[in-house]
Amino acid sequence: MGETPFLRMEEIVKTFPGVVANDRVNLEVRHGEIHALLGENGAGKSTLMNVLYGLYQPNGGRILLEGRPVAIHSPEEAIRLGIGMVHQHFMLVPPLTVTENVILGLPGARGILLDQAEARQRIQEIADSYGLEVDPDAPVGTLSVGVQQRVEIIKALYRGARLLILDEPTAVLTPQEIQGLFTVMRRLVADGRNAIVFISHKLDEVMAISDRVTVLRNGKDVATLETQATNKAELARLMVGREVLFRIEKPPAEPGPVVLEIQDLVVRDDRDVPAVRGLSLEVRRGEILGLAGVDGNGQRELAEAIAGLRIPEAGTIRIQGQDVTRMDAGDLLRFNLAYIPEDRQREGLVLDFTLSENFIAKRFRRPPFSVRGFLRHPAILDFARRLIRRFDVRAPGPEVEARKLSGGNQQKVVLARELSQEPDLIISAQATRGLDVGAAEFVEQQMLAQRARGAAVLYISNELEEIFNLSDRIAVIHRGEIMGVVRPDQVTPEELGLMMAGIRREGAPATESPAEPVSSNPGGHP
Amino acid sequence: MTTVTQARESQASRALRWERLINMLLPVLAILASFLIGSLFLWALGVSPVTAYTALVKGAFGNQRLATSTILKSIPLIFAGLAVTLAYRGGVFNIGAEGQLYLGALFAVWAGTRLALPFPWHLLVALALGILGGMIWGAIPGYLKATRDMNEIIVTILMNYIAIFTVSYFVHGPLKEEGWNTQTDAVAETARLPTLWAGTRLHYGVILALICLVLVYVVLFHTTLGYRIRMVGANIHGARYAGIKTTWIMALAMALSGGLAGLAGTVELLGVQYRLIDNFSPGWGFDAIAVALVGRLNPIGVLIAALFFGALRNGANSMQTAVRVDVVVIYILQGLAIVFLIAGSSVDNRIRRWLDAWQA
Repeated sequence: MGETPFLRMEEIVKTFPGVVANDRVNLEVRHGEIHALLGENGAGKSTLMNVLYGLYQPNGGRILLEGRPVAIHSPEEAIRLGIGMVHQHFMLVPPLTVTENVILGLPGARGILLDQAEARQRIQEIADSYGLEVDPDAPVGTLSVGVQQRVEIIKALYRGARLLILDEPTAVLTPQEIQGLFTVMRRLVADGRNAIVFISHKLDEVMAISDRVTVLRNGKDVATLETQATNKAELARLMVGREVLFRIEKPPAEPGPVVLEIQDLVVRDDRDVPAVRGLSLEVRRGEILGLAGVDGNGQRELAEAIAGLRIPEAGTIRIQGQDVTRMDAGDLLRFNLAYIPEDRQREGLVLDFTLSENFIAKRFRRPPFSVRGFLRHPAILDFARRLIRRFDVRAPGPEVEARKLSGGNQQKVVLARELSQEPDLIISAQATRGLDVGAAEFVEQQMLAQRARGAAVLYISNELEEIFNLSDRIAVIHRGEIMGVVRPDQVTPEELGLMMAGIRREGAPATESPAEPVSSNPGGHP
Repeated sequence: MTTVTQARESQASRALRWERLINMLLPVLAILASFLIGSLFLWALGVSPVTAYTALVKGAFGNQRLATSTILKSIPLIFAGLAVTLAYRGGVFNIGAEGQLYLGALFAVWAGTRLALPFPWHLLVALALGILGGMIWGAIPGYLKATRDMNEIIVTILMNYIAIFTVSYFVHGPLKEEGWNTQTDAVAETARLPTLWAGTRLHYGVILALICLVLVYVVLFHTTLGYRIRMVGANIHGARYAGIKTTWIMALAMALSGGLAGLAGTVELLGVQYRLIDNFSPGWGFDAIAVALVGRLNPIGVLIAALFFGALRNGANSMQTAVRVDVVVIYILQGLAIVFLIAGSSVDNRIRRWLDAWQA
């Protein structure tokens, strides 16, 4: 390779008091390439990119841009050098239009109106040439997350970025939006002038989109590989330093009586549109029912309705045979229901509470945690220490605020609280979202352990692989209806994909019974 | 293994202790900084800051009489500061402490002037009615927020006017004493808070304030009710998820807050003023917001902040006569202290982040 690489980061060291976030990391990005930066949460990916973008100053090493050593002291300098970054959390002003957002902060040469007209045209040009469809006059607040991300990309390109850093860009997107983003990414690098650094911890995406991949682990670069010459198993091993179980071995299910039974349920979403539309399903003791589907097809509303956070409009929900349709979360406490919510920071945790305060969220009313209305701190602390140990929560102690933990450890806190009550029914919504491989595997193992214990599990996930691994039966949801219930060994991912797209499977009624129908009435209640 | 965890825990608890220390020190530093900047103002006015501050401190604590007066001025601020703290912890911003304390005083003055009961009972009834008056005035916006999602800030502000003018109506009309003065009769001896030590004006309201302070602390941090209140304030979605009746808790926090504010007016009435007049309060209900914030929503902090504001108000007059600057300088000092406190919180966050990184 005689060609000078676009970017070389050599022996980058970045330490924070007490931590080495980047330990002599090397990264080389070529012109026209999509370079994936792969690693678990906390492996040092974001730190490295923040060094490149001028947000952090490295303690050692150097950065070469097209062969020339550069010092980048601020994002402004990075932008001047043609480096653009799209952060995980967008930096947009919702009430302003796309055009206003793009030119915000840029010095205007002439009057505002003139600048706007000109900017509008250039935005349109950029949008057309890379397939970044946006309406330049739409207020950003009205756009979907996927389109907002396009605005961020346009913002970077408008400022002359040729090296684009995308920090976990797919985390917030639906599968269709992810495909759209990938198309845009390919067009961006097509002419060989630009390059993209794609930060991710999702193996499928890295395999699908990148030309080369650099794996980080514990702040060190462990390998840089041609994507075509590697595979997911190798990448996963490099990432976590151990073999990851992609096929989890599990004993055959021994389904017992029905624990959760849903009949013709209708639930409206926040915009008052029916999101769950006449849905029926049942989950039995000792089985995992996987609920597959594209995000936004009513999964959230269904989970919230079962957990008592959203009152259904019609239909019934029965737990252990009792009608709980109109009960709220407080009433449901006595049904020993575990709910792992989709948004753990918003609902699953109180971030400003300590771990021990979070652990007792559903139990504080009872001894030993409280006696006659007074909290018993020694018992609470003791309980918290036990859970921290049992669920391997990486935290300095029970009196640390939940806010201070990493995403994976926050999820462990939620799991610890929900699963330690030995629930009869578990509703798990996107439990592995945003987690790295190790933490996701932990979640899956916990679900299997609960199944073995005899819990009924409704496992909602966007990740097909996970659904296949865990489920005893798979129900597919599309626009709030069940498209069919199938067994994982009797269906291909392609067939499942068709069902997720809304094509009902023949001969698979919504209430198909598990392998050995127990003495119940499979058709549900009359 | 265990020793490692133990070591990590002890390190963590050391960091926690640091954090608490910083938390305690911040208001003190903010106050010092406000005096420092305030001295620039004084200097610009051609006044020696040293002379001015000396007069201020002497005016606030110079002798027993002045120190007593400082404490007396702090008492309503303690009650009202606790009121704002309790509501704020529950996620409700109570701007209505002023109205609540007026209504509390109104109920108490009625009991004190229109009922005839023997000593401890008359006092207790007057206190209870004072609490009730504040509670009603707090519960209304709490209920409206909880069930109708009406903004409590607007409702409480507007209800302040209703309360203040309602008191005015009673002072000019039904409860007005015979004669020329627009004031109520003085409450009966049997309904007054007795003095703590003969020869001073210090009354039993001080004890009551300290009891309330401990009560608020215990309720917030050692009861399931306080746990619910704090959870609703910290994350209402998380609280709903945990099965807490959030609307009910918000309304309750507001009612309790109103009760405390009602006590602020009641204790002032039964311990110091004895008669209700127009503009009975110099704005304790609003100063209480500053007291709660400077006290960092912590009962002990509220005590310190209330004493500080009480001292400022009390020392102001002495400073005015000693160096002939207007009392408004005191308001400038108050304002600066709040600005520095807020600025301090952001520095505090930075220190915290640094501590976190150091721990990791």
